[in-house]
Amino acid sequence: MTAATTLRIPGRNLRRRRATDRIMRVLLGLAAVVAVIPLLLVLLYVLLQGLPALNLALLTQSPVPAGFPGGGVAPAVVGTLIMVGLGTLIGTPVAVLAGIYIREYAGGRGATVIRFLVDVLAGIPTIAVGLFAYGLVVIPMGSFSALAGAIALAVIIIPIVARITDEMLGLVPGSVREAAYALGIPPWKTIVRVVLPGAATGIVTGILLGVARIAGETAPLIFTALGNQRVTTSLGEPMDALPLRIWVYATGPYDSWHTQAWAASLVLVFLVLAFSILTRLVLRRRGAGRA
Amino acid sequence: MTALSADTGRIRSLLAQHRPRHGESLFRALVTLASLTVLAIIAGLVVVIASESMQGIAHNGIGFLWGRTWDPVHNVFGALPFIYGTLLTAFTALILAMLIGVGVALFLVELAPRRLAGPLGFMIEMLAAIPSVVYGLWGIFVLAPWLRQFVETPLHDALGWLPFFSGYPIGIGNLAAVVVLTIMVLPTVAAVSRDVIAAVPGSQREAALALGATRWEAIRVGVLPYARSGILGAGILGLARGVGETMAVTMVIGNAPTISLSFLSQGYTMASVIANEFTEATTDLYRSSLIEIGLLLLVVTLLVNAAARLLVWRVTYTAGSRSLLS
Repeated sequence: MTAATTLRIPGRNLRRRRATDRIMRVLLGLAAVVAVIPLLLVLLYVLLQGLPALNLALLTQSPVPAGFPGGGVAPAVVGTLIMVGLGTLIGTPVAVLAGIYIREYAGGRGATVIRFLVDVLAGIPTIAVGLFAYGLVVIPMGSFSALAGAIALAVIIIPIVARITDEMLGLVPGSVREAAYALGIPPWKTIVRVVLPGAATGIVTGILLGVARIAGETAPLIFTALGNQRVTTSLGEPMDALPLRIWVYATGPYDSWHTQAWAASLVLVFLVLAFSILTRLVLRRRGAGRA
Repeated sequence: MTALSADTGRIRSLLAQHRPRHGESLFRALVTLASLTVLAIIAGLVVVIASESMQGIAHNGIGFLWGRTWDPVHNVFGALPFIYGTLLTAFTALILAMLIGVGVALFLVELAPRRLAGPLGFMIEMLAAIPSVVYGLWGIFVLAPWLRQFVETPLHDALGWLPFFSGYPIGIGNLAAVVVLTIMVLPTVAAVSRDVIAAVPGSQREAALALGATRWEAIRVGVLPYARSGILGAGILGLARGVGETMAVTMVIGNAPTISLSFLSQGYTMASVIANEFTEATTDLYRSSLIEIGLLLLVVTLLVNAAARLLVWRVTYTAGSRSLLS
């Protein structure tokens, strides 16, 4: 609004202005190109380095002593499945209920405050969440454990799912709710039986997105789940996870470790991309795909 | 998209008044409890991390913030090298990410045809979806060797007399950390900027164009001033992301508690010292001092985040647009 005063309208320098315009357009386009190059490079290398090393043994065998060839990352695969599963189980109900509160009960100002808190929680560094789970679970239990890791992951998934639930409920038209009230159905039952099913696809994809996100988390697991060389299903014991294993192998000195780190990364990246693309497709179909 | 219609709300409150039921109040209590859990988690994070770092705070005192020596063997804990490393890498990466990210956002909103803008925006979101540890792996084996050969060595040869490029070009170090961080901060900056720029009313552009402005001039005088505070918010959100980023940086920065101006030098950040040394911390005091760094990190990112959200909200909430996947 104020800016119009600084705008110099046509003059002798029109050619220069056009040239500036062209240069700036090219620069902005260039920024877009520069931004996608890293994505393509990372995907390319993960595919090139990871694919040759990807085989069934990698996913089904335990690590062999350092430096020996062979072996796999089975404890990490099992651990990631267990901890991500448990984290999702713990975090998702809280998140969906919080999303319902924000959209259906909180009202204008209350909704704004809780949304703000959810966003703040989403922005907390995941390593701090790890420290939180360490103090909350590891110290009282007296040992590193899969449970501590799962709780850390639950804290991370909550804001992601709460936010998407909130958005998805907003897409269900008010007329649907009113129709239910007109039939004498109480609000809570309307939400549970009518509104939630209407938003279910969106919420489920939101959960998948959250799952993909916590499956790739390393920092919150370092001093909660710690890592483990053997396959374990006990929640009270240290447990391995794919990102942890990738970290250890990538920073270790052996070529066989590096190869397996690439292959494990391929598995992780595939998981994350598949879930993200799925989410994208569903959200677009539901009319919220702009994001 | 926004809240329920006023009618729906009114009907609901009428229903609630006339037909008090246990189901209703129970359900309301349940969802309220879930929301309070979010609040409790944030409070719990601060309380638990603060209480675990008490021993460190008592021993290290306020000098922790500017102590340059990190010597766990002799119980000397100074956090300055980590604070310095965090600020150096995060701010440098932020500047780069802002240049590219705002450019991308402008391109997506103002210039790109719809058919291109969709896939391009999606690809940039994917940049944020790739796990940090994968960037770290790529950083170690692809980026760092490449930087050493094609960037650091020429820079060192030509400008080695400058303090920024002194030392030895080995690939792993501050420069690699900055590049990886830039890649990771970029999607945040780009996504939020895009929302903010898309929220600028069309009349802003039309007015400038009607006065004979070129497209770029319309952006410069019509769009950018309007979106300024939101773009600033995007930058601050990016900063919070950069400050808290752990794994990728830990894997490529070299993990040496030195304070050096040189981008070729190895460094350390607050997040990476915790990730790297926590499980090896042999004494309670050592561990508590590491958690104290975590407390510092938490408080800083909380404040930075809250400030950024408020800034961004002021701009986008009026337009009702919020990025879901960022």
